[in-house]
This record gives sequence, structure tokens and C-alpha cells, in this order.
Amino acid sequence: MAIYLTKESKVLVQGMTGAEGMKHTRRMLAAGTNVVGGVNPRKAGRTVDFDDRAVPVFGSVADGRARTGADVTVLFVPPAFVKAAVVEAADAGIPLAVVITEGIPVHDSVAFHAYARRRGTRVIGPNCPGLITPGESNAGIIPADITKPGRIGLVSKSGTLTYQLMYELRDIGFSTCVGIGGDPVVGTSHIDCLGAFQDDPETDLIVLIGEIGGDAEERAAAYIRDHVTKPVVAYIAGFTAPEGRTMGHAGAIVSGSSGTARAKKEALEAVGVRVGSTPTETARLVTERLARRE
Amino acid sequence: MDLYEHQARELFAEHGILVPRAEITDSSKEAREIARRLGGRVVVKAQVKSGGRGKAGGVRVAADPAAAELTARQILGMDIKGHTVGTVMLAQPVDIEAEFYVSYVLDRAAGTFLAIASAEGGTEIEEVAAARPEAVARIPVDPAEGVTTATAARIAAAAGLPPQTVDVLVRLWNVLTREDAVLVEVNPLVRTAQGRILALDGKVTLDDNARFRRERWGAQEATHDDPLEAEAAAKGLNYVKLEGEVGIIGNGAGLVMSTLDVVAGCGARPANFLDIGGGASARTMADGLNVILSDPSVRSVFVNVFGGITACDAVADGIVSALDSVRLTKPLVVRLDGNNAARGRAVLDARAHPLIQQVPTMDGAARRAAELATNAT
Repeated sequence: MAIYLTKESKVLVQGMTGAEGMKHTRRMLAAGTNVVGGVNPRKAGRTVDFDDRAVPVFGSVADGRARTGADVTVLFVPPAFVKAAVVEAADAGIPLAVVITEGIPVHDSVAFHAYARRRGTRVIGPNCPGLITPGESNAGIIPADITKPGRIGLVSKSGTLTYQLMYELRDIGFSTCVGIGGDPVVGTSHIDCLGAFQDDPETDLIVLIGEIGGDAEERAAAYIRDHVTKPVVAYIAGFTAPEGRTMGHAGAIVSGSSGTARAKKEALEAVGVRVGSTPTETARLVTERLARRE
Repeated sequence: MDLYEHQARELFAEHGILVPRAEITDSSKEAREIARRLGGRVVVKAQVKSGGRGKAGGVRVAADPAAAELTARQILGMDIKGHTVGTVMLAQPVDIEAEFYVSYVLDRAAGTFLAIASAEGGTEIEEVAAARPEAVARIPVDPAEGVTTATAARIAAAAGLPPQTVDVLVRLWNVLTREDAVLVEVNPLVRTAQGRILALDGKVTLDDNARFRRERWGAQEATHDDPLEAEAAAKGLNYVKLEGEVGIIGNGAGLVMSTLDVVAGCGARPANFLDIGGGASARTMADGLNVILSDPSVRSVFVNVFGGITACDAVADGIVSALDSVRLTKPLVVRLDGNNAARGRAVLDARAHPLIQQVPTMDGAARRAAELATNAT
């Protein structure tokens, strides 16, 4: 088992025929992902060859879903067109849409998140690396070969810190790693993933990676106190970030007294979560915690 | 991007929200002329992107054109929280009968916008919100529906605002959505002795991600206070200047933020944040290195890359090619891991530059870069 994504997942790629879409579809296929089609209205009916796989291109998400039973879509669509693309996926009844694109206007995000929620489509992202269930399926741009299947669940706002922790804990392995994205408004939260990992019998421990901005980590802490019985180890980035400057991610900004790394660390520690001071120390805390269980 | 007050009021006026008559200038002589045109008595307001202007002495009333010139001369060039005042706005005074507060802000947790309103506006709104939260109404707005007259009436009623403000609430929502703003705030929104509702001061923050469809303030956005930030932005690099001595380059915002923290944990201060992004080419790496090396406060540089989409050999090639255009005078500590790390390390080993050293772990490399910066003093 895993959360949100398994080897049975049938994946469509919106924007597959673009440069990024082509590159990452090839990587997803190499990781074992069951990519059942791409979507491009101008190239419907063609197929694209990826090494030994010919992937069909559909004119719409609805058509792709009707013909293949696709239940996941990964979006490599330019920012201006993401809103329409998510609406299309939600209208087609796709249960999970993974939005890799960064730089989406927040009014568009607010609109498509509200729309998707109403239609029952879970959105992961935007501005995220996607999610991977090692050895089974990879929906997005997370490198597949730096870790292996195992029993740690990982949820993170940051792509590269996801990779760093996956690599440091490669000998233990992961059930699923979810990059939820660094934008101010994202479709799937730390809390959603904590709940899913808590319910997943194949996850023993959860790693949570946060960063400055907003209060998602503080809310996650309250959720852990009330609902999570599995051990959680966390890492927070941005202790040295100055107030009022955006540090790379659109959502990573300390405004006034809110959104500081210190406040997030303290909230997590107050509910019994161990918080590492570096990624390496965080990995060590995970190893120690798992050893104690045995 | 934050707008200046005079830009915010320009947007308000275009969307049919009443504002006092006003003009801006960067010359105290012209301030005298403007005051004369506006009827003599004026409010002189510093135009800086910072709160607390009033308390800092940046907002003053001048009784006549001569006083306006003198006041403008005093305010121009003032420093308000690190911002130098380059322009002042001169506005007609208003007979205030009541002050209110209204804003729309992004509610990250709910994934929508929130209307915040209070019948007790003015400079003390933060204190009001802290001491008596019940005096401030907070009402989520359904993004599909927006703020209709009915929604606005509900917001006004909840906050205890007079019915004449309903129209302003609708128009302010139009500013937010049509201008791609993430924050619009009017404080104070006032009722004059004549019963008119006027926006006396306002703040608008635009969404940087929407620049591609809102080019109006484009030229403004390109100006950076720091010349290195301007240069980095021109090259498409994500760079923030900081106060320390260890230059930092990495890939991915999260990893770079983390690198800053780890270096600080080793007792040194990061000189900057520089994210070369995902899938960075050798060219990007060379550009990034050039920016950091032209900062005179940098004493050592830490290149921290975990190759995911980014290939470590491209990063190493970038470092080597940068050596053709800049003379390396500062030590460079490099940690490469992930995608093509072995090839990247081999490229740097082959170049064998005396100032470049590789350290295999992030923590170890941070410690080395911190030591080198500290010993350089």
C-alpha cells in the first residue's frame, strides 16, 4: 500500500508533448509509472514513442479517461493555461491532479482549487515536484533512483529538501513521498498527508518538511496532537530568512511576526515531534526513532 | 510587489472609489505650486513602501503653500525604516467624521480570500484587532461568487459599517480581482462631514506571478535597490542580498534556505540566497557565481547542489567555465550529490584549481565554508 499513488494508478500527462512534458514522461516511464496517455487537442490521435513505449495522445482529458480509465493526471502546462487544464481534469472526473507548473497567479490557483474541491478532484501542488511511491509509480519530477521502497512516509513543501531526505534515508526506504508545493495556496496540505499516512498500514513513521511562511506547520502540529499516533520527525527551513523578503518559493515569506521557522519548530516540538537542525540530523533522528521501535 | 500609496489611489480612483484630490512630486518648489492648486492647506505624505510613516514624521499638515514647500523639503530624503523618501504626495485635507478599516487578504489555510473590516479604523487598527478581536469582522469570500452587493452588505453589517460603504466594498473587490492583487487595504476609509465615503490611504500588493498579464507597473518592478539584485534578476536568477560573508549558491528554494541555516549554525553569516533553480545549465551556474563573486563582502562561497533535475556535471562545467571570465580570489567549497554527481566531482578534480575544494556532505561543507570565511578576516 501507499498513499494516493500505486502501481495500479493510470497516469495521463497534460502537456506531455512540450519539452518538459517529454523529458519527464520519459523519466516517469523509466520509473515504472503506468503512463496511459498524453493530452493535446492539436495532436490528438498521434502517438509519441518513448524508447520501447508508444504513448497515445488524446484530444481531451475526458477522452483519455474514457479510453484508458486514467485516474491520475500530471500537468506540465504553462502558467497561463493551468486553470483551464485543472478545470478540464476535474470535469472529466479525474480523482487526482498533480500540478508541477510554477509561477501560477494566485487568483487562478484559488479558483481552480475551489472548483476541483467541489468536483471531488484532489489537487497536489501547484509548484511542486509531485509524488512517488518508490518501486511502483512516480507522478511528477522526483528522481526515482535515489531511494527504494520502505516504510517512511514523507510530506514536504520543498522539492530539493525532499530529494535530500530521500537520499539520506535511502537505506530505510519510503512508502510514499509527497511534495505538496511552496505556493501560498496548495491543494493538498501537510494535514491531508499526515491523515493518509496515519491510515496507511505500510507507513511506520512520518517525515514532515516545512519552511517559512503561513501557518501550515502550526496547524499540522495541532493535527498531530489530536490525530497522529505514529512517530513524526520534522525539519523546517528558513531560520535565517529576513522579514519581508520572499525566499524563492512564492509562499516562503516571513510577514510581521507570523511565518517564522522558530514558531513552527516550537509548535511541532510542543506536541512531541522531534525537529532536526539540519537535513542530516533530521535523517539521524529518523534512524534512531525507528531503531527504538525494534 | 507592493505599490506606493499614490499608485494604489490611482487604482482606487479608476475603479470608482472616491479619493481626496492629490498630486505627487519630487521637488519642494513644485510642492508649493501643488499646494496652491489644491487650495493652500495640504497634507504632505512621504511615498515609501513601509508602514509607520505617520509615527516617523513622514505625514504632516501644511497650513499654506510656503509651509508645504518647507515640509516637503524636510520629508524628501528622509529615511523611514531603511527606505529613502524620493517623492511626496500632497493631498487636500478632509473633514473626517468617522474612520473605518476594510481589506481583502489571502487566507492561505482556507485557500480563498478573506474580507476584514472594522468600524474602528485608523492607525490603531492592529491594537484594536489584538485587544478586541470581536470589533474586527473576518468573512471568507467564495471565489466563484466573489463580492456581490449582497456579500458586501453582509460584510458591512458584520463590521458595523454604514450602508454607504457597501458600494466601496464591491469596488475594492474589483480592484483585487481585476488587478491580480493579493492584498488590498483601505485604512482609513472615512465618512466626511458631507457624508461622502473616501479612501484616505491605501495599500495594494500585486501578485508577481501575474506579471505576464499585468504589465502596467513593469518598469517599476525591474528596479532593485541593490545593483547585484538587479543584475541577478536580469539573468533570471533568484537572488536575495543578505548581510553576511559566506556566499551561497544552491538548487531549489528549500535546499538554499536550508543551506543558509546550516552555515549560520556553524557560526558564520550567509551573504545571500541564490537559487539556480531546477535543471540549471552550465551558463546559469556561471552567471550565479559571477554575481556572488562581485559582492565585496563575500569571503568564501559554498556551492551546495543536490542534483535531481539539475545535473551535477552541468553545475561543475558551469564552475569551470566561470573561471574563464572571473578571476577566483575567494575559496569555493563545493558539495555535489545526486544526479551525475560522480561526473561532476571528476570535472572539478580534473580542473584542480587551488581555491576550489570539494566536501562530500552538506554539513561538512558548510562547516568548511564557515571556517574559511571566518579565518579570512
